[in-house]
Amino acid sequence: MNSNVKTHVANAIKKGFRLDGRKNDEFRKISFEVGSIFTAEGSAKIIAGESELLVGVKLTAGTPFPDTPDDGVLMVNCELRPLASPHFEEGPPSIDSIETSRVIDRGIRESGSLDTKSLCIKKGELVWMVQVDIVPLNADGNLIDLGAIASLAALRVTRFPKLENGKVVFGELTDEKLKLSEFPIPVTVHKIGNNLIVDPTEAEEQASDARITITTLDDKRVCAMQKGGDQPFSEEELKKALDLAFSKAKDLRAQIAAL
Amino acid sequence: MSKLLVNERAIVVPGELIAEGMDFLPSTGTYRANDHIIANRLGLLQVSGKVVKTVPLSGVYQPKKNDVVIGKVIDVLISGWRVDIGGAYSAVIGLKDGTFDFVARGADLTKYFCIDDYAAVKITNVTSQNLIDISAKGQGLGKLTGGRLITVNSAKVPRVIGKSGSMVSLLKRATGCRIVVGQNGLIWINGTPEEEYVVVGAIRMIEKYAHISGLTNRVETYLKEKLGEEALNRPEVPEEQVGESERPPMRERRPDRDRPRSRFEGRDRRERRPPRDRPPMQASEEKTPQGSEE
Repeated sequence: MNSNVKTHVANAIKKGFRLDGRKNDEFRKISFEVGSIFTAEGSAKIIAGESELLVGVKLTAGTPFPDTPDDGVLMVNCELRPLASPHFEEGPPSIDSIETSRVIDRGIRESGSLDTKSLCIKKGELVWMVQVDIVPLNADGNLIDLGAIASLAALRVTRFPKLENGKVVFGELTDEKLKLSEFPIPVTVHKIGNNLIVDPTEAEEQASDARITITTLDDKRVCAMQKGGDQPFSEEELKKALDLAFSKAKDLRAQIAAL
Repeated sequence: MSKLLVNERAIVVPGELIAEGMDFLPSTGTYRANDHIIANRLGLLQVSGKVVKTVPLSGVYQPKKNDVVIGKVIDVLISGWRVDIGGAYSAVIGLKDGTFDFVARGADLTKYFCIDDYAAVKITNVTSQNLIDISAKGQGLGKLTGGRLITVNSAKVPRVIGKSGSMVSLLKRATGCRIVVGQNGLIWINGTPEEEYVVVGAIRMIEKYAHISGLTNRVETYLKEKLGEEALNRPEVPEEQVGESERPPMRERRPDRDRPRSRFEGRDRRERRPPRDRPPMQASEEKTPQGSEE
């Protein structure tokens, strides 16, 4: 990115009036659409500003891993296709793509909100495998947070397909829903200059010096973290980032719970 | 007798027969096949006198000579800069069109334009092979430092500019921002974040209501609402320079060091030669063919 434009973005944030008119600690207005993909067991589309992501949850039955014979399997995958942004390239997954899916995966997995024991069909032989696919349709920043929020929304509306003699009958959904005990919401706090912002656009992400993703649960617990960028966070800044993460996650959690 | 087959300002589609007969002339977006004129782009039909053309409703920017566009430098060449101007083909700023400075052989060209720099440039030539020459020298042209860029559809640019620049000067006057509108749809805005946000909002509105009349009133209402009544009554902002656009003043003449001006100074070299009053000698007379003496 052009260094002049970068300075311009940073100056606007310094004044507390971002390029799209938001305050530094303000999220873009989020809108959801759930269950729009009929071939998936659960799905959600999220739109925040220019960013748009589609998440599909697929439930299949398979053999468990030998070391966890009575645990279901969770797989989270995010692919940044060229469809979403001119900066994304065709080919094997980029570092950003892998990081996005890993951070979202870690948030859901380490929160323990998805009870993998309840996904066991027959110990050592057959378990449910939950596959979460995240596809950005238009990338304008903050893909980790939005991808995770959309994943939670999709998981929340996921229903089990019919199971006959150990085989899944796709297209026939039962009324049984996937149980999600909590909503682990990640909030990525970006540091630009000496200021902290949430929900950056692509331009702001490019101007960012450092970022930290903090995934939190309802009762003030932190379940996952990821730091990125070249610059460090001071102790002071980290505390501020934590406070931001808790307060923003609270609003977002209420939005998902209302779906 | 020639006949127009479609009403003026009607929407024509590629392949549609526009006119019969040789009295009409095809312009952009149309072509002649025998004695018919046929559209090759989707757009509104416009007839001015004998000239028939289509005005595109959308689509990628088509470079045209004398357009002022905003480009992004994508490569530094041996003697110039390659610039992305948002069209199908990239353009080149030649060394002499990039700066007024004397550039020594092998000098570092990134001093003038670096990769990812934005510049307001003028298209000086578009060849039939789609080689585009642009210049960064001239009034209001040059490197753009600071500010932000937004993109609108290049078909909507005339509405953003307004009749003889009325819309842009309205925005400049009301917000105090510096604005450069490129014909390719790139718009550069520089001011305080709050002012810029108002400008972006206004441009998005112009884009949305580009086809509806009373656009200026709508924009004025918006600006009043955002900035207050007095914003529209501010004095006109003088047209300003974006970059180094005027040739820097020559240094004062120093008679002891400068040679006296000859009467041919500044003229083309060829003019200096006295006019020939006899025809040039024939090559065969001048040179004897080799081996003829043997």
